Amino acid sequence: MRRFVLIAVPYLWLLALFLVPFLIVLKISLSDVALARPPYMPQLDLTQGLDGLLTFFSDLDFENFVFLSTDSLYWQAYLSSLQIAVVSTLLTLCVGYPIAYGMARAPREWRPTLLMLVILPFWTSFLIRVYSWMGILSTEGVLNQVLLFLGVIDTPLQIMNTKTAVYIGIVYTYLPFMILPIYSALEKLDESLLEAAEDLGCSRMEAFWLITWPLSRNGIIAGCFLVFIPAIGEFVIPSLLGGSDTLMIGKVLWEEFFSNRDWPVASAVAVILLLILIIPIVLFQRNEQKQREAEG
Amino acid sequence: MAQTVFAPWTDPDQKPIIEFRNVTKTFGEFTAIHDLSLNIYEREFFALLGPSGCGKTTMMRMLAGFETISSGHIFLSGQDIGAIPPNKRPVNMMFQSYALFPHLSVWENIAFGLKRESRDRDQIAARVEEMLRLTRLTKFAKRKPHQISGGQRQRVALARSLAKAPKLLLLDEPLGALDRKLREETQFELMDIQEKTGTTFVIVTHDQEEAMTVASRIAVMDEGHLVQVATPAEIYEAPNSVYVADFIGDVNILQGRATPQGDGVSIDWAEGQPPIRAATDTTFSPGQACHFAVRPEKVTIDVERPDRPNTFRGKVIDIAYLGNISTYHVELAGGHRMKAQMVNARRLANRQITWEDEVWVGFTDTAGVVLEE
Ligand SMILES: Nc1ncnc2c1ncn2[C@@H]1O[C@H](COP(=O)(O)OP(=O)(O)OP(=O)(O)O)[C@@H](O)[C@H]1O
Ligand SMILES: [Mg+2]
Repeated sequence: MRRFVLIAVPYLWLLALFLVPFLIVLKISLSDVALARPPYMPQLDLTQGLDGLLTFFSDLDFENFVFLSTDSLYWQAYLSSLQIAVVSTLLTLCVGYPIAYGMARAPREWRPTLLMLVILPFWTSFLIRVYSWMGILSTEGVLNQVLLFLGVIDTPLQIMNTKTAVYIGIVYTYLPFMILPIYSALEKLDESLLEAAEDLGCSRMEAFWLITWPLSRNGIIAGCFLVFIPAIGEFVIPSLLGGSDTLMIGKVLWEEFFSNRDWPVASAVAVILLLILIIPIVLFQRNEQKQREAEG
Repeated sequence: MAQTVFAPWTDPDQKPIIEFRNVTKTFGEFTAIHDLSLNIYEREFFALLGPSGCGKTTMMRMLAGFETISSGHIFLSGQDIGAIPPNKRPVNMMFQSYALFPHLSVWENIAFGLKRESRDRDQIAARVEEMLRLTRLTKFAKRKPHQISGGQRQRVALARSLAKAPKLLLLDEPLGALDRKLREETQFELMDIQEKTGTTFVIVTHDQEEAMTVASRIAVMDEGHLVQVATPAEIYEAPNSVYVADFIGDVNILQGRATPQGDGVSIDWAEGQPPIRAATDTTFSPGQACHFAVRPEKVTIDVERPDRPNTFRGKVIDIAYLGNISTYHVELAGGHRMKAQMVNARRLANRQITWEDEVWVGFTDTAGVVLEE
């Protein structure tokens, strides 16, 4: 009985916070737009009993999903989101790995401070931080001013409102999610393994690729998923830093909901996004589990 | 065919495989190794023995290339290896913690060093198989290090460090983690492997019995100095200092003043006790302070006064029964204590000496060594 309760708690939690909202969104995605409040049809009316339930279900259809597949805008938005997410995940890895490596190799007494510094940005609002990037990257921004002053460039660089700005924003925002799992993997690495590798004829570089890299693989995988999954649906960064040509599915979703007030299409977009994300989420879970088994 | 005794260190024509020449190692202010010189010869099984923190691991790490030498030189087959990085030295080390690669199987761990040498595949496979057979690990080739027992892991570490057939194999407390029985087995295995492969072994150990069992020579260290380098028998029978005598095995150490007499000395060591007569090659000036060290198994214990050059009367105050032997603690007149050991040839009930008995302890004039202050 006690075991049952223990297992039931997380499942009830999932049910309330994930499954129920998902079913509601799924239901809206199968409905039609209507000038009503809420702005879609049909509504479930339980007072009419079984008849009401039957008409309710017969009114649901896949129209919106068919619509999504015919309009190329949506396909392009998904593909472009996917591309931006993949590229920025790789960029985050390239920036985050050396940082995590440096932290794990730092003197032991420094490490808590370094960890603190990585987490510190979370103490200010995410929006404020993205806005300050606008201040840095804009044509009159700090970066251009400095470069102009140093004489590196003659005309200000156009970074704001380009994909570059979006990459910078995503890499900056999600960097801690990449650093922390890699750091925790590297910190556990026994120094004598590298000495053993060198003793057996490896150069420092070979020892890194043959020992350090594979042994931090689980951290790398975890970090990549932690960046990739939220990045694909990212909305704030592309809309504040990106230009009109940065097409991301999060932005499309926002516009369908709030500009077009087309809740059913917006919900359909959301459902498909979720289906796309399920694959990496399941892979991520599998990785975590494997790691736990290896350690246990 | 008469077997020649293996003792290259007595032959001045032999070139040592390793030569430490005035090596000093400092960590900041602290000097871990003091101006140390040492020769180790090919095919030796050389043991470094000493208390914790005396610099054994530091010596190994300098040989393997993980620590730089502060001053002096180390030569390997006549070549100064000070500037050679660890991956270029024909030296392999078996780590105290084994340092097996957790993401690689037993087979891959053993093959790791071979693959770095760009040998061809069949050669590598053959060599790994040979190592697996030698260390009796063939059955476990596919397992990961966390799927085998501690003793098996230790054998993998040994196989891995042997696989490249290094000129010199360094073993840093290789058997520390094993239980006594397995340790003894492995000691003989190590000696066997050393014999078969002809590799020169340098082994670090805390355990003096282990050093006595496996080593051709032992170096006893103390705080970064070599105190004595000699064969196990010499170290045991003719220690050159009180430190070595005390460090290796059980010993009675008596303090006194030596007076030359005949081809030995007579030592006044306690009020009301006859002087000890002992043979020695060292010349003492009359009244020079000295120590006399005698092993308990060289001291006999009798009810009647025995006919020996040195006999003292005392009372048994303690008996430690160790199965095959018993150690008697005897209190002599004047409060000095002496340990005497006897083989238990008879069953317990038949033994005649017991607690509180008045007895005689005795030893010959060649039983102990006389050491200068
Ligand atoms: N990296 C280092 N920095 C400072 N001091 C060190 C360092 N490595 C070793 N030492 C010191 O050098 C001395 C010798 O150390 P070493 O590890 O060689 O001892 P050991 O004989 O192997 O001891 P044990 O039997 O406990 O393994 C010790 O006093 C130790 O504190
Ligand atoms: Mg040590």
